[in-house]
Amino acid sequence: MVSVKRLVLDVLKPHHPNALEFARILAGVGKNYHVTVTVSEVDEKTETLQVIIEGPAIDFDAIQDAISDQGGSLHSVDEVEVHSGPKQE
Amino acid sequence: MKLFSQVRFLLQITRTHGIVRRYFVVNGFDGALTMSGIIIGFLFSAADNLTIIINACLGAAVALGMSGLSSAYISEVAERRRELQKLQEAMVTDLQESAHGEAARWVPMLIALVNGLAPLLISILIITPLWLAKLNVPLPFPPLYMSIAVALVLIFFLGVFLGRIANISWLRSGLQTLLVAIITAGLIYLLVGD
Repeated sequence: MVSVKRLVLDVLKPHHPNALEFARILAGVGKNYHVTVTVSEVDEKTETLQVIIEGPAIDFDAIQDAISDQGGSLHSVDEVEVHSGPKQE
Repeated sequence: MKLFSQVRFLLQITRTHGIVRRYFVVNGFDGALTMSGIIIGFLFSAADNLTIIINACLGAAVALGMSGLSSAYISEVAERRRELQKLQEAMVTDLQESAHGEAARWVPMLIALVNGLAPLLISILIITPLWLAKLNVPLPFPPLYMSIAVALVLIFFLGVFLGRIANISWLRSGLQTLLVAIITAGLIYLLVGD
């Protein structure tokens, strides 16, 4: 069983919902998600975020859906940490 | 509860909390002042047919409600569409399926509902003593005076509400709106009074 433990994403989103609400919604996508959002650039109508998500098994598709539901757009996946479970005999 | 938090979220991302509040007060005040104006007009004309008075008030209340509903909906649809379009251009993506697209569809309806219901409900509250009198429910004062008293109380409370929003003295704000109603009554007396 392979599970995603950590993701670093580059996301462009409108100013609303704000970074706090955005992080809350992403954290609510799965159990025990730890989300860190850093606003790296602010424009007139949008802002660029670095989103770090850590968790026991991150559902990437659900995260992507949550980002687009809030009007955000995933620009790139900058870092990934994936663990595999013990090999089954 | 989920619907309530969804509505709050949509109002938050479109930053329309203030617009809803403003529409509620402005159109509620419109309703209260219009009803008190009609009733004061009847009072000065010494009219005593309650059915005619109720029907005139109800007609004005429905018209105010419909006017509030349609005008707010038409203008807010245009505003929300424009905002969404500008956001889509900035994001270089289609946001129709996002919360922003959903907000552009639902927020105008919500604002229109508030704008239409505020004068309608306030008017119905003001007409209530007239209905009660028509149903032969005993009232402590004549029904027209009771209706005017209800209107003044509601106008005062709208002022109090505004005062709380602006974080100024609620009493001063309430008395200010009450003063507007009293000036209106004075103008009506000058125009139609004996």
